[in-house]
Amino acid sequence: MQDAPVVRIASVTHSYGKTRALDDITLDLPAGKMLGLIGPDGVGKSTLLGLLSGVRKIQAGRIEVLGGDMTSRRHREAVFARIAYMPQGLGKNLYQDLSVFENLDFFGRLFGHDGPERRRRIDRLAHATGLDPFLNRPAGKLSGGMKQKLGLCCALIHDPDFLILDEPTTGVDPLSRSQFWDLIDTIRIDRPQMTVLVSTAYMEEAERFDWLVAMDDGRILATGTPEALRQTTGKDTLEAAFVSLLPADKQPKGNRVAIPPLDSTDTSAPVITAKGLTKRFGDFTAVSNVSFEIRHGEIFGFLGSNGSGKTTTMKMLTGLLQPTEGEASLFGQQVDADNIEARNRVGYMSQSFSLYAELTVRQNLALHARLFNMDANSIAPRIDTLLERFDLRPHAHAFAGELPLGLRQRLSLACAIIHSPEMLILDEPTSGVDPVARDAFWDLLGDLSRKDKVTIFISTHFMDEGMRCDRISLMHAGEVLVYDTPENLATENGSASLNETFIRYITKAMDTPEPAAEALSGTVSNTSRKRRNGLARLFAVSRRETLEVMRDPIRLAFAFLGSMLLMLLFAYGISMDVTGLKFAAFDQDRTPESRAYLANFSGSTYFDEVPEVASEAELRHRMVTGEVMLAIEIPAGFGRAVTTGQPTSVAAWIDGAAPSRAATIEGYVQGAHGSFMTTRATAAGLAGMARPIVNIEPRYRYNPSFESLPSMAPSVPAILLMLFPAILMAVSLSREREIGTITNFYVTPTSKLEFLLGKQLPYVGIGFINWIILTAMAVFLFGVPLKGSVLALSLGALAYVAGSTGFGLIVAVFVRSQVAAVFATAVLAMMPTVQFSGLIQPVSTLEGAARIMGQMWPTNYFMQMSVGAFNKGLGFDQLAANILLLCLFAPAFLTIAILFLKKQEA
Amino acid sequence: MRRVTNIFWLMTKEFRTLWREAILLLLVIYSFGPGIYIESSGAGDMLSNAAVTFVDEDRTTLSRALQNSLLPPRYLPPQEARADEIDSLMDWGETTFVVVIPAGFEADVRAGRTPSLQINIDATKTAAAAIGTGYMTATFNAEIARFSARQNITATSTVDLVLRRSFNPTGSEVWLRAVSALLNWLSMLTIVLTGAAIIREREHGTIEHLLLLPVTATEIALAKIFANGIVVFVAFVFSLLIVVEGALGVPIAGSKLLFLAGTAVYLFAAASIGVLLGILARTMAQFALLLMLVIMPIMILSGGMTPIESQPLWLQPITWFLPSRHFMEFATAIIYRGADFGIVWPAFLWTFLLGAGVLVLSLILFRRSVARG
Repeated sequence: MQDAPVVRIASVTHSYGKTRALDDITLDLPAGKMLGLIGPDGVGKSTLLGLLSGVRKIQAGRIEVLGGDMTSRRHREAVFARIAYMPQGLGKNLYQDLSVFENLDFFGRLFGHDGPERRRRIDRLAHATGLDPFLNRPAGKLSGGMKQKLGLCCALIHDPDFLILDEPTTGVDPLSRSQFWDLIDTIRIDRPQMTVLVSTAYMEEAERFDWLVAMDDGRILATGTPEALRQTTGKDTLEAAFVSLLPADKQPKGNRVAIPPLDSTDTSAPVITAKGLTKRFGDFTAVSNVSFEIRHGEIFGFLGSNGSGKTTTMKMLTGLLQPTEGEASLFGQQVDADNIEARNRVGYMSQSFSLYAELTVRQNLALHARLFNMDANSIAPRIDTLLERFDLRPHAHAFAGELPLGLRQRLSLACAIIHSPEMLILDEPTSGVDPVARDAFWDLLGDLSRKDKVTIFISTHFMDEGMRCDRISLMHAGEVLVYDTPENLATENGSASLNETFIRYITKAMDTPEPAAEALSGTVSNTSRKRRNGLARLFAVSRRETLEVMRDPIRLAFAFLGSMLLMLLFAYGISMDVTGLKFAAFDQDRTPESRAYLANFSGSTYFDEVPEVASEAELRHRMVTGEVMLAIEIPAGFGRAVTTGQPTSVAAWIDGAAPSRAATIEGYVQGAHGSFMTTRATAAGLAGMARPIVNIEPRYRYNPSFESLPSMAPSVPAILLMLFPAILMAVSLSREREIGTITNFYVTPTSKLEFLLGKQLPYVGIGFINWIILTAMAVFLFGVPLKGSVLALSLGALAYVAGSTGFGLIVAVFVRSQVAAVFATAVLAMMPTVQFSGLIQPVSTLEGAARIMGQMWPTNYFMQMSVGAFNKGLGFDQLAANILLLCLFAPAFLTIAILFLKKQEA
Repeated sequence: MRRVTNIFWLMTKEFRTLWREAILLLLVIYSFGPGIYIESSGAGDMLSNAAVTFVDEDRTTLSRALQNSLLPPRYLPPQEARADEIDSLMDWGETTFVVVIPAGFEADVRAGRTPSLQINIDATKTAAAAIGTGYMTATFNAEIARFSARQNITATSTVDLVLRRSFNPTGSEVWLRAVSALLNWLSMLTIVLTGAAIIREREHGTIEHLLLLPVTATEIALAKIFANGIVVFVAFVFSLLIVVEGALGVPIAGSKLLFLAGTAVYLFAAASIGVLLGILARTMAQFALLLMLVIMPIMILSGGMTPIESQPLWLQPITWFLPSRHFMEFATAIIYRGADFGIVWPAFLWTFLLGAGVLVLSLILFRRSVARG
């Protein structure tokens, strides 16, 4: 129905630093078709899809999607309601802790569907994809295939006109994969006007697309139907056609050497043995009764989809996991995690290519060599050999994190074999790597196995890789379904391929078969799409965030119990009451008078008397060790002087290391001295002699007994309500970025304000509940009555936590990782909150930058309010000014966060 | 030997990782540079710019002399008010002290009738209230004594009291504040850096990879402790010499080397705590909350903010388990009192033992946490 192209791309170039991802691309994509974007990894496929979906910001060139310019914000906002984007990675845009229903419901709300409408759409999509029995299961507990179906449902919930799928089937088992494509076909029958753009590295999948774009190295190699591509290159498979389109220097070198058959005369004992291995996590059985034997020099393949238990089995073999039942042995010895020597004989490569991204290729190799305790002289030549053999020499000084996936995989293998191990355990080493790179990788493996006689145990979800193994086992839902040579399996029961055999076994093994796609019956009649319902989107985000917080009871418990515990510690622990001072007498007089003088100190509750000092030197020494904080030195002849009324003097030595404590001690000493003088005078009947001229009477108001607890109990919440909400908020926002769910914000019509405020609200709620708990503790546990206006203080608390969460948002907007978010929030907020907000020292007595920081920080105002309301019984009108001040912080912080939050990636 | 080289090579990796995390290094530099400076120099005297209001019903030379005796920067210029305004002034927090001089005050002094002078104190401002009352009483007494000496009203006190403050004779708050600021940043940075280093490895899956190489969990943990400890230590030395001793002018009475040695021991303990938190926390959000829960007591109950002796008796044995308390103990001893090793060794030893205990606990949990998958 539409003849105009859905996408027009003109001279688009995109770079990341020095790397050019897209190089001057010009392309039109026809509408209403199933379009495929094919090519190896790292050629710019994801970048291109990101630009088309509006996730990434266009650097140079022009892109029109659905008839408008994507650099225009207005057009992007309008067009988001018609585009759907599913990022690369299993369930990358899903909320793993939320159930299937909640995920779908959230997307429905984002697009402003009302209750019954959402229910209808969710039912329709869930029914069509066979997800309806699992509506209450958390997305994180779905299998890879189901995750992708759910991702698709979330993308389809708003009936988009342009569906963008980035490698949707990578890492999914063959059965789920074929079901996924069937599902897409049914949807397209239902909505023929919808354009679907898919990127994939599986060439056999590309066969079923209408029109293909082949890419390499940021450029377009060819476009056309699969038929046309095969014809122009004169090859019979798309894979071959693609390879021949590559520039000459990228063509695989020579013909691939098939791996020669295993020497079957080797009858030595098996190298790896597993007997009845079982692993349970709680009530979930990840691996159930798995047994096999692997012979010396064999390549043993472990086939199965994500989550079928392959990784768990491998971890048990390496000793990382303790099996619940059964046993595993390597080289005839039971696996023992503490056997360091055995590790020297094994090389391991984990799923995530565990390299240190921040080290260069050479540094990674050197680190492994060192850790394997290789002889220092042999390290350099060995690294050179491997760089040569793995074709890594040109990249020796590149950072591992910046290498394309294929190269990283080769480096990872090089690291695993640097110490020439006898056995290699490889966990999905080729996941996400394109066919050309995979071929090269298998050549290396074949070489290692047949020439160096290394035993290789490899897991994969690629069937064609299974064909290259000596023997394979099929794994599904924690059980080994069958194990045999690939040739036997491929032809078993008349199967045409290993794929078919696998699908048959899985179907047989499934107790509750995942129903295949059904037609989307009862298409929703013209959508009652409410546009621009900002408030609804805001609440959708809030609702989702609340659900996520509720799903993490540990975090929630920490947030409440943690602040209660700290409240207890601080309310009792921060005390200005100076007591228990260690006091020693230095009595050189030893008369009744001198003892009477000292009695004023030893009898005081403030002082704890320690043994007397005998000499000047001892006094000095004991003050240095901190044994004595106050020493009273009475000179010889004191007694005589006192009785005869001669002038004499007493010296008080005070430990001045803590100045405020020293000041308090001075006060006590003067008091004790005065009391001696009065007693003395009265006793001598000389009342007039020492009578003071003036009586100075201190009256402590609001807290007559002058204890610390009544002023600490209202102050501590001000500190806790700053730090906890801020840090929780910062982590929550930076987590979205790290995990990738922030994409949902990029590609939906959600505005920055809706997104940030929506995320903030639940944490404001948590903070406020926390305030109620802490206030209740102050009143009922510490017995500090709240005399002032409760309403005013609650309003202030609400405004205050809105401010503290706002600060968390600012930090999270500026940093990239969760680590940095925690670090920055703690470092930046701790000092003004604890030191400059009047907890110990009133803000008015601070100096310089400290004072300015204190005055610019909300804690100061809330602490004043809290202390005033509790201790002074201030009413609403007296607290109103502080409420108003506090109300300024939240919008100011939120505005800063909005200004610096980006709605697109670079 | 094998262990030592393994730890060494793992440490080189830690350094390289840190070097690439620019924002973390920036925060370290901020903390030990401007952070310490602002925090310490900002601490004016405990009593400065205090707001005092007089209710002067006497209006004589003496009452005016009392008002004029309160000088800046300790006090703001005194304000005057009527007796019925006292309550509202104090409620609104506009003044901390209200001094009431009754009518006939000077006359009573002359006649030796010992009149009363009332000071109303806003006790919610705990520290300032306590110290201010002491200072003000002393100032008033001196002023009245001078007045009566002029008027020949003698009140003789035969015993003179001489007050001498050791170690910090001027009573500068900056000194103690600088040390406690050093401790705060030291604890926070070390714990966050080591904890984050553990969590980062787990998130990237590299920790399992390391455990499959011929290195032990102990070596991995020690490499992190040493590497992050060294980074913080370097920043600490810089901060001690340039910021604390140089810019803030805090004199260091004892041996700097001894203090640095103690700091190294403390770093080991703090980094061990970081390792423990990194292992206990399953997610970054949990780590953040755990961090708050641990770092705040470490900072607030160390004795740097309020004296240990002021803590309730039930709390003191608990804070004994905070390495920061021992740090504060030996830091004040060495810096102010010039204590030598013979005096501070128990604090060193306890700090080390606490760190070692935490480390052993972490290592036991380490394997277990990896085994949980």
